[in-house]
Amino acid sequence: MIEQQYIDLFRQYREIIDKHSSEVLNALRDQAMNDFRCSGFPTQQVEEYKYTDIGKQFEPDFGLNLNRLPIPVNPYEVFHCDVPNLSTHLYFVENDSFYDKALPKAGIPEGVLVGSLKTFSQTHPELVSNYYGKLADTSKDGTVAFNTAFVQDGFFMYIPKNVVWEYPVQLVNILRADVDFMVNRRILIVLEDNAQLKLLICDHAMDNRNFLSTQVVEIFAGENVVFDLYELEANHDKTTRINSVYVSQQTGSNVLINGITLNNGVTRNNYHVGLYGRNAETHLYGMAIADEEQKIDNFSFIDHAVPDCTSNELYKYVLDDQATGAFCGKILVRKGSQKTRAYQSNKNICMTREAKMFTKPQLEIYADDVKCSHGATVGQLNDDALFYLRSRGIPENEARMLLMFAFVSDVIDHVRLEVLEERLHRLVEKRFRGEIGKCEGCASC
Amino acid sequence: MKLLEIKNLHASINGKEILKGIDLTVNAGEIHAIMGPNGSGKSTLSAVLTGNPAFEVTEGEIRFNGKNLFDLSPEERSCEGLFLSFQYPVEIPGVSMVNFMRTALNEHRKYKGLESISASDFLRIMREKRELVEIDAKLAGRSVNEGFSGGEKKRNEIFQMAMLEPLLSILDETDSGLDIDALRIVAGGVNKLKTEENATIVITHYQRLLDYIIPDFVHVLYNGRIVKSAGKELALELEEKGYDWLKTN
Repeated sequence: MIEQQYIDLFRQYREIIDKHSSEVLNALRDQAMNDFRCSGFPTQQVEEYKYTDIGKQFEPDFGLNLNRLPIPVNPYEVFHCDVPNLSTHLYFVENDSFYDKALPKAGIPEGVLVGSLKTFSQTHPELVSNYYGKLADTSKDGTVAFNTAFVQDGFFMYIPKNVVWEYPVQLVNILRADVDFMVNRRILIVLEDNAQLKLLICDHAMDNRNFLSTQVVEIFAGENVVFDLYELEANHDKTTRINSVYVSQQTGSNVLINGITLNNGVTRNNYHVGLYGRNAETHLYGMAIADEEQKIDNFSFIDHAVPDCTSNELYKYVLDDQATGAFCGKILVRKGSQKTRAYQSNKNICMTREAKMFTKPQLEIYADDVKCSHGATVGQLNDDALFYLRSRGIPENEARMLLMFAFVSDVIDHVRLEVLEERLHRLVEKRFRGEIGKCEGCASC
Repeated sequence: MKLLEIKNLHASINGKEILKGIDLTVNAGEIHAIMGPNGSGKSTLSAVLTGNPAFEVTEGEIRFNGKNLFDLSPEERSCEGLFLSFQYPVEIPGVSMVNFMRTALNEHRKYKGLESISASDFLRIMREKRELVEIDAKLAGRSVNEGFSGGEKKRNEIFQMAMLEPLLSILDETDSGLDIDALRIVAGGVNKLKTEENATIVITHYQRLLDYIIPDFVHVLYNGRIVKSAGKELALELEEKGYDWLKTN
């Protein structure tokens, strides 16, 4: 059993893990490890994990940096972002440690806390412990339990009441190592009433090693909060990412999450969104481009717990070669959640006979006055459209690219950040042309 | 100068023979009309000319501008100067007209060994050609044919023809679905694009379009063969007598 070696590792290194973290984070470890011991990694017998073998991802021998040895590299110098001119507020998490040297200072709104989760949970323990681990239930998912048991640091943002952070904030998760490596990272975002924030998180593997990252993101959106989260994955094929995002939304809040997988080996994203206050709105978008043996698996659960909320979900996949895609979208409309509007759509293109897509749109409705829709399609490029383009002089390859690009463009159109939207158009085009290098955007390799 | 020379063309779809020996020669500067009842093979002829992979050529040859047409892919045929105005233009959501036309124009230029066109030149040409068929500026930002009315789609075809300046244009039922005003605009566009160097084949059911685009020759296609060719007066005769008149002859 692959779990045992991690249970032993935890026991053996418990003191070191604790020593290099904070009390708030340490407080949840025992429970998390107990839950992990009980559940283990989710197997493919679990319906929700049917298409991704999680245990297998943990089998290789990975190094961990439990002693928090510093990485002797300044990311501000070596990393050049794919989305330039986005923001002066650029932060890095190197592997699973927040990089706290040379931080941007100017233009940060008053009262905002932004930086290392470990540090802020030491300086503001009451604040952080009010939120940390409150959404990510370790008893429900073995990967979340695993992350909670091992995590030592990550990224923390606190935006106080009525504060609008005008400029987008960018967080880059960098993976660097000389050996095959595992990172366990945590992100906690607290937005008090009427706060506004746009956050772009980019994942980037800089060394040609096998990487496994687990990440748990908890987002608390107070009343009338407006929050955008963009996740951009541009890794190499040897990277596995297991990511769980939990969102809790209060009255009138508006949250948009757009997860874009440009390139990655194995991706599993879990999105759990709870609509707990009336007139809350959530927009969940995703795009996955995969080829060769890549596997992209998105799971989402939207809980319409109260009346008058809206959720909008759109996921699009383009799968080439022997790539595998999976999508499972669950929407729960609880009893009494009248006037719910919930829309879900998943559309996919398989470019080859070998590419596989598994999709499962699901609606569970226990209220009787709602507007809901769900649907999924799997198909090929339209031959008539292809011929039409060719008949105007556009070569077949180019015509295919135009159509693939057109197919995913409505996911990009939902980006509420102009610079990112423009840049994404170019990045996606490059990806389809096969021009995304293994290490696009980095100077060191 | 001979632009197009079709000799004994046979073509089929799914094993069913549609064209059963077509001979047709089109010279630069000429306008040919091909008329005929439903199912006679008119659209198959245009599909074979543009290289639609759904159709199989079983016999015969076609030379276009001195080249064997069957050696050329659909995109190469376009770059060589062949253009089809589709009977049913395809809607392509997500591909903007601007992007589509810029890509097409630059592919044509690349084929001719020319540099890509500058953004300002491109926009100027777009504007000029748009005015030719009275197409709204907003069209440029929209997806190809998406949500266009029947008339807009046909005008958009002629607009593309204006952009690509083909040697031989085939207008496949370009009049279908057009009201009189739209018909005038479309025909006006075609006439303005006419030169001594290029040629046009108009495929139509009805004589109506030929009031606006005056053909030099009218051919009647019936059951996969051209059964009669004459001057423009033939169109009027057909209008009067119907196609049955030819079947008995």
